[in-house]
Amino acid sequence: MNIVVCIKQVPDTAGGVKFKPDGTLDRGAMLTIMNPDDKAGLEAALRLKDQYEGTTVTVVTMGLPKAEDVLIEAIAMGADKGILVTDRRLGGADTWATSSTIAAAIRNLDYDLIITGRQAIDGDTAQVGPQISEHLDIPVISYAQDIKVEGDSVIVNRQYEDRHHMLKAKMPCLVTALSELNDPRYMTPGKIFDAIDNKDEYITVWGRDDLKDLDDANIGLAGSPTKIAKASDKVKKGAGEKVALDTAEESVDYIMDKLLTKHII
Amino acid sequence: MNLEEYKGVFIYAQQVDNEINNISFELLGKAKELAETLNEKVTAVLIGSGVKDLAGQLAQYGADRVIVVDDPELKEYRTEPYTHALASVINEFKPEIMLVGATAIGRDLGPRVSARVATGLTADCTSLDIGDFPLNAIPGKEQKHNQLLMTRPAFGGNTIATIACPDNRPQMATVRPGVMQKIDPIADAQAEVVEFNPGFTPDNKYVEILEIVKEVSDVADIADAKILVSGGRGVGSAENFKLLDDLAEAIGGTVSCSRAVVDNGWKPKELQVGQTGKTVRPNVYFAIGISGAIQHTAGMEESDLIIAINKDENAPIFDVADYGIVGDLNKIVPELTAKIKAAKADK
Repeated sequence: MNIVVCIKQVPDTAGGVKFKPDGTLDRGAMLTIMNPDDKAGLEAALRLKDQYEGTTVTVVTMGLPKAEDVLIEAIAMGADKGILVTDRRLGGADTWATSSTIAAAIRNLDYDLIITGRQAIDGDTAQVGPQISEHLDIPVISYAQDIKVEGDSVIVNRQYEDRHHMLKAKMPCLVTALSELNDPRYMTPGKIFDAIDNKDEYITVWGRDDLKDLDDANIGLAGSPTKIAKASDKVKKGAGEKVALDTAEESVDYIMDKLLTKHII
Repeated sequence: MNLEEYKGVFIYAQQVDNEINNISFELLGKAKELAETLNEKVTAVLIGSGVKDLAGQLAQYGADRVIVVDDPELKEYRTEPYTHALASVINEFKPEIMLVGATAIGRDLGPRVSARVATGLTADCTSLDIGDFPLNAIPGKEQKHNQLLMTRPAFGGNTIATIACPDNRPQMATVRPGVMQKIDPIADAQAEVVEFNPGFTPDNKYVEILEIVKEVSDVADIADAKILVSGGRGVGSAENFKLLDDLAEAIGGTVSCSRAVVDNGWKPKELQVGQTGKTVRPNVYFAIGISGAIQHTAGMEESDLIIAINKDENAPIFDVADYGIVGDLNKIVPELTAKIKAAKADK
């Protein structure tokens, strides 16, 4: 079985966001990580590899050349090989252009199962996985809490707000993984050294010209239907009153006064 | 793509078990406002099996027209037949704007449909307006009018972006539940009902549903609460949430919580407010022992009145609170509960 896992290098928004003195986001100062949902997707793939002999796990990422780091991390966790799709012409892509590009990269590969994270913590769109599946004309199951393989099918526990569905789809199929799916394994020291020392053997770099069936009208900033009109750091709502009173009783009286004057009680 | 052919504001009227979800009414409220600005009509797209009778409710909440796609293949939500239904409606009826709820269904359906009809999709919008793109005229570049300007948070709520889709139609957005306001239902409102069936031929993309497990929940929907008593890590333990339960009961509110509380297993995920939980905008939001990380405030800062109690005077929650009290919640909350009870008893 051939599993392709799509991963993304993202700024670590959860672990401390840095701002420049002028109040804008300081991306350079923020650590990058493998996107958590993608990491859970990779772990799910590695568990299938552990379970089914002859399974290969290929990780694919699109980004700047430094996105190589997440491929090395994935290989140190146990993936077999990595594909880095990087090219200036692909930059500034929205989800349509990104999914068109990644789908074109995946067309170069043999795949039975494609796993992506549900969403990346920088954009939070949850769109690229389902859009890749549409470009490849294969079924998609989003929001997977559990992934099993049975013969030529996958059985997936698909989460909704108030229920879950157990779904069965014939492979090839794309599944988007929730970070709740599992606890990803750690890299092993031996594999880290191996991945770094032999990265040219493990990692293949593809530019735009290596991608199949991809129209220039669908790539990069120019090929993105959505355009940013304005981006800004969030304007914080103005703070109201803050009091530090000596006793709990005074604090309670303060709150009661507000609740009564605003007719809440 | 001839953009001029695309007219009207459409919403995807999400239903589950033949009950229309609240998000559909919220989308109608916003769609009505956008349609008035554009001098267009509002169309709801209702997809399911045996759902035609639900069209009247959509009329009451602002739909001028309801397109019903009714087929046995659509009994339960599945990506492929629903994508086929909605994409076929878009290709046939050519909406200028297509809104979908950013629910666990909409965030699957929206991307698949947008890829099929080859247009852009902006995810999880919190504000929608009609305006010019670019916002300010740029010499030598065409400025398009009456564009849908879609605003959404990104980077975990740290930045906010406004996005347009000037050269493709429809302009598609998924919209966060709990953000848009539904209208007061108009009891005698009527909508034109159009039935449309593009034909459904199962293939490999029609995944098989082996089992449906409904999570029976007796937990109140925090998105509907007028008063929320919300606790964070500072509450200290599952047992200590009793203080908040008592306060909520006294004031007639509902208990909610921050992500840390869910991660610690003190409260279920359905009660979580914030970026990865629910967006709420109650009349009063008590933030008790909640530090106020941006991921949390993104889900509650639209509340009418925010009262924060925290022992850390530098907690960021005080930056969004209308009234902030620096102090010990273990002393303040029980006393507040007692005072509220007494005040109510006096009335």
